[in-house]
Formats: sequence, C-alpha cells, structure tokens
Amino acid sequence: MYLHEFQAKGLLRSYGVPVPDGGVASTASDALRVAKSLKGEKWVIKAQVHAGGRGKAGGVKVVSVYGDVYDEATQMLGMKLVTKQTGEEGKIVHRILVEKATDIRQEIYLSFLVDRDSEQHMIIASSEGGVEIEEVAKSNPAAIVKEHISPVLGLSQFTGRKIAKKIGLPSNLLNKFADIAERLYQCFVNHDAMMLEINPLVVTGENEIVCLDAKMTVDDNALFRHPKIEEMKDYGELEPQEVRASIFDLSYVSMEGNIGCMVNGAGLAMATMDIIKSFGGQPANFLDVGGGADVNKVREAFKIILTDPKVKVIFVNIFGGIVRCDLIAEGVLKASDEVPGDRHIVVRLDGTHVAEGRKILEEGASAKGINIVTGDTMADAAQKAVELAKSEPHKRSAKK
Amino acid sequence: MSILVNNRTKVVVQGLSGSQGRFHAARMKEYGTNIVAGVVPGKGGTEVDGTPVFDTMMEAVRKTGCNASIVYVPPAFAADSVMEAVDANLDLCVCITEGIPVKDMLKVKRMMKTGTSRTMLVGPNCPGVITPGECKMGIMPGEIHAPGTVGIISKSGTLTYEAVKQVSSFGFGQSTCIGIGGDPIIGLKYIDLLEMFEYDAQTECVVLIGEIGGQAEVKAGEWIKQNFSKPVVSFIAGQTAPKGKRMGHAGAIISGGDDTAAAKMEALEKCGVHVVHSPADIGKKVAEVLGK
Repeated sequence: MYLHEFQAKGLLRSYGVPVPDGGVASTASDALRVAKSLKGEKWVIKAQVHAGGRGKAGGVKVVSVYGDVYDEATQMLGMKLVTKQTGEEGKIVHRILVEKATDIRQEIYLSFLVDRDSEQHMIIASSEGGVEIEEVAKSNPAAIVKEHISPVLGLSQFTGRKIAKKIGLPSNLLNKFADIAERLYQCFVNHDAMMLEINPLVVTGENEIVCLDAKMTVDDNALFRHPKIEEMKDYGELEPQEVRASIFDLSYVSMEGNIGCMVNGAGLAMATMDIIKSFGGQPANFLDVGGGADVNKVREAFKIILTDPKVKVIFVNIFGGIVRCDLIAEGVLKASDEVPGDRHIVVRLDGTHVAEGRKILEEGASAKGINIVTGDTMADAAQKAVELAKSEPHKRSAKK
Repeated sequence: MSILVNNRTKVVVQGLSGSQGRFHAARMKEYGTNIVAGVVPGKGGTEVDGTPVFDTMMEAVRKTGCNASIVYVPPAFAADSVMEAVDANLDLCVCITEGIPVKDMLKVKRMMKTGTSRTMLVGPNCPGVITPGECKMGIMPGEIHAPGTVGIISKSGTLTYEAVKQVSSFGFGQSTCIGIGGDPIIGLKYIDLLEMFEYDAQTECVVLIGEIGGQAEVKAGEWIKQNFSKPVVSFIAGQTAPKGKRMGHAGAIISGGDDTAAAKMEALEKCGVHVVHSPADIGKKVAEVLGK
C-alpha cells in the first residue's frame, strides 16, 4: 500500500524525524490558511499523488508571495499530473501539501527497503540527492552506499556514522545523521514498510538535517496489525475496478486490450495474458479469482471485467486444484445472464471435477440457448478467444 | 529416488483442526501420504479424523517420529509455526499459508541462517511438494501427476498444474514437483532445488517456471550454466505485465528493467536453458529435449 507524502511525513514526525512544517489542503483557501499559519516568506506547494517525478511535471511549486499561494493552489488542484511514473493517463490532484520552504545547502539520498537477495533490510544512501537513484546508479555508481540491516538487531548508530562518512558528510553531522537514520529505520520497521525513500534528505543553511520528501509503501499482508495505516488508504488513487476487486478479494489489474480474462492463480493468470499475446491478441486485464472461487466470486469477476467497454471476449481459464470446475461452471452460467449479447464467452476448464464442470456448462448453455465456446487446452481456448476478439461483432445469443 | 519427500516421509500437519488443514489432510491421506500427527496449540490430546493432535511440535516429534511438517496456519501466526518446526529440527517444513508479512519471514530466515537447525523450508504461499505415487504434501490435485523423470520447480500454483498436465500428456511423469511460492522472501529457491535434482538419479530433465520480479531466475540461469548437467526447460510468466503493478503474487512486480519477463528469458537463454515463449509449449519442449 502506498502512502501519500503528507501521511508518511506525519508518521516520521511522530518518530522525532525532522520534516518541514506544513499542512495538507484540498481547496485553495485551505492552502492560504495553511501558508498563513506557517508564517515565513516562502512556501512549497506539492501535489499529493502516488507517483514520483512530480517536480518535473509541475507538481511542485515554490512561492514567495503570499497571495500567489492561492493562485498556484488553484492551478494545481484538479489538474491532471502526467509524470514519468503515472503513464499517459496521468493522475488528478485532489490534495496538496503546503510547507514552509527550506534553505537547502546540500541534497542527499536515503532509503530503506527489503532486500530479497540477502533476506534482510537494506539502507541505501548517496551524496547525489534530488535525482532519481536509478540515474545515479547508471551515471555514478560509486556515489551509492549500501548496508544490510538485520531485522533482529536493527540499525546501529555506528552503521549510521559509517554511511554518513562514506557519503562525505562532515564530522559535525555524523551523529545527527546516525540519529535520524535510526529513527527512520524504527519508523520503517515498526510499520512493516517495504520501502521508505527520503529524496532529498537535506542539510540546511543552519546545519540541520531535514527530510524534504518521503515516499513510503507498507506491506499489504501486514495491514491487519496496522489499522491506522489501513485507514490512510486512498481509494481515489485506484481505478474503480481495482477498488471493487479488492472488496471482493479478487486481484485485478487493467490492461489495454479487448480480451477480458478470469483465471485462478496469479501465475496462470499472467501466463493466460501471455498466451493471448502470443496468438496475436491483447488482454484487457489480469484477474486472479483466487483459491476460494465460488459462484458469487465468478459473477463479481464477470461484472468487473464487463465494466471495461473495450472487452469483446471474456476468457475463463481455470485449472482446478482447490477450486472445483463444477462450481466455476455454475458461476459462469449464472454470470452469463448479465453479459451483453455481443460479447463472447470462451471457457477452458481442467483439474478438479472437470468432467462435471464441462457437462454443466454444455447443458446449461443449450438450455439457455446461448453459445459458450469451450476449449480443451489452454492453447486451444486462447486461440479461439483471439479469433473471436478479431471477428466482427455479431450476436452471441439468440435469446428466446 | 526423488527429492525432499518420499514414501518414508512422516508428516505432521500444523493447524490440522482448521478448515483448510482438515480438508487437505484428508486429501493427502487419500493420496497415500503418511500423516502421523497434527499440532494445534491448546488442542493437545484430541484427534482429527483419527490423527492425534499435540500442543507442541516437540511432543509430536517425540511421540510419532514425524520428520516433515505442513503449515495451514492463518497468516498472522504462520511464521511462528514455521519457527516451531525449525526449532524442532524437522527435515522439512512446507508452508502453504498465503499473506504472511514480509517482516515475519525475514525473522524466520534469520533464525534459519544463524541457528543450528537443519530444517528446509518450502514456501510460504505455495502449493507444496509432491513426489508422485509416494507422498503429497500440499494442495495440488494429485490425479494429474504420474511418477517419472521430470522435475518441476515453480513460483506458481495453478501454472504448475498446467505444466504437470502438459508433461504428463506427452507421456512423461514427474520425479518431484515443488511450488516454491510467490512471496518476496521464501525458503528453498531454484538453485537449492536444482542442486538436489542434479544428484537425483531419477530426474532427467527439469522444468523451471518463473515470473516477473526479483532476480531469482537470472541467478538460477547462471548457476545452471556452471553446474547443472541436465536439460532445463523454462517459461517466465508476465511477458505482458505492466511495470509497477503487483500481479497477484506479493513478489510479482516489475520494479526495474532487469526483472521483466523479457530480461529473464534472455538471460536464461544465454545460459543454455530451453526457454519457451508460450505457456502451451512447456510439455512439447520437454518431449523434444528428452528426444521422444
């Protein structure tokens, strides 16, 4: 789960980590009020969306005239922000963070993450802050410093000092850096974060170290023990189908094509998209109905797939293990009532109770007078789905 | 021969009294798995479908001689159950549970790396392990498997069944099939299992099924090139997956440019692995490689 910058900074503040004074606003007059309460002469206005690269896209503005706060806020709120990470469709800005501007002397990069290789946490720092770490990794890899952190032992002060020294901080800042790094790690580990990135961490004109930005993601599987974090979830950042899918415990990701997929298991769901492509078709989505798929889940999955107007064919690919093919078949028949007549349905069933499933499907379809295309193998069914998606629209059913 | 499990494996079910544990224990018994005990804290002294239940793993080991456990415990408590199995020094622990927090798994792995236990872990978030005709420790449909010479290692559940079915349909059985799990932090990895398959006389060919995210497949490729003498057929799921979106599995997310399906396929091909582009070609390729 992604946190917004203002949410992450709120958590950091509670761990005693220095962050700029600021407040969040969803209207221009709110923004003015926040700026006034902050006093000062210079403010920074930052779009709160789940995407990096905001600065270059116009999502971060520095304002030095109080009245301009209103104008900039008006312009930013409601704008569609297109950054390197949002894709062409961009993200609408619903909230902005107004902060007191910081006097920046030096920009540093600092992050914490889960390192899959060493199976430990990792701290990464670089003297080159304010730019994307991937770019530094290419242009000047020597500027990047990494250390493992044992989740059992935590981050020691000496490790913090070692990193500070390696990225070239002066002696009088080593302890300050180590203290902030330890607090950041505490915040990271206590909230089951997968990633916490401070870019930039800055040294101010007064020799203070401040987190100017904060990007944080939390392990979805750990949300059960962080109810307050779960409350911060911003459903506005998700596509409507993804929200609906998450409510029904389905895993859905929308894609560009016209073949809607309903599959059990994440690996098979990805493979189903791949095989569609290998036959020259385009998948409309990734959808894993999961291990506990039943009649209702199938109906819900169909509904979600059909909210995408691009979908011409629904391709059901089930290899029953825990999931029973007969239950899936019943679900498909029920759900087919709500499928418009010009959309095709292609079903491939295999595994647990496959014979029963195929029989139910065949008999049910003929009783209803509808055409459900079936395939014996994944390849066979995928090929049929691709052909149907390319064909001219025609009536699937001759409903009586 | 086979790897990890065989007809001498004595299995204890952690979470036997839960709906998942009870259901799958019955299926495993039907398949012929030797289930000797269950561990459910607080339910010691009871029985589930004729299998004795113990409060702690230590008791189960002492009373039944079980040497492998399978975990069907809910995510909040599953890591603790795995650690209990590790503490009891079992040979193998298979963790089926999906949704264990990563931090909990990091602790499990620290315990396993720094301690003296010999326990090997498969999973979590996996379908389990099966040696066809001998022992099924997992949730896979037993009937699609047949004893034979092809080893299968996969991050996925249902995609593994797909591969098994294809391999079987070309007349090849399997030595052992392992679902290693789709989480970022797991027990045994590709290389650990490839090493076992290298020394398993029964195994003539290995199917390696991977997916987007992480570097495990690339590393396996490099290891295969240096150390593995048997042919490997591979499919990587997620060629069409967009960057930055989690595709169902917690670990299946493209975060850089080097963890895409294309990058992994290229790396594996360079290492001499027979990479198939369509998941429908896995069985055909195995048949081709084994020359039948």
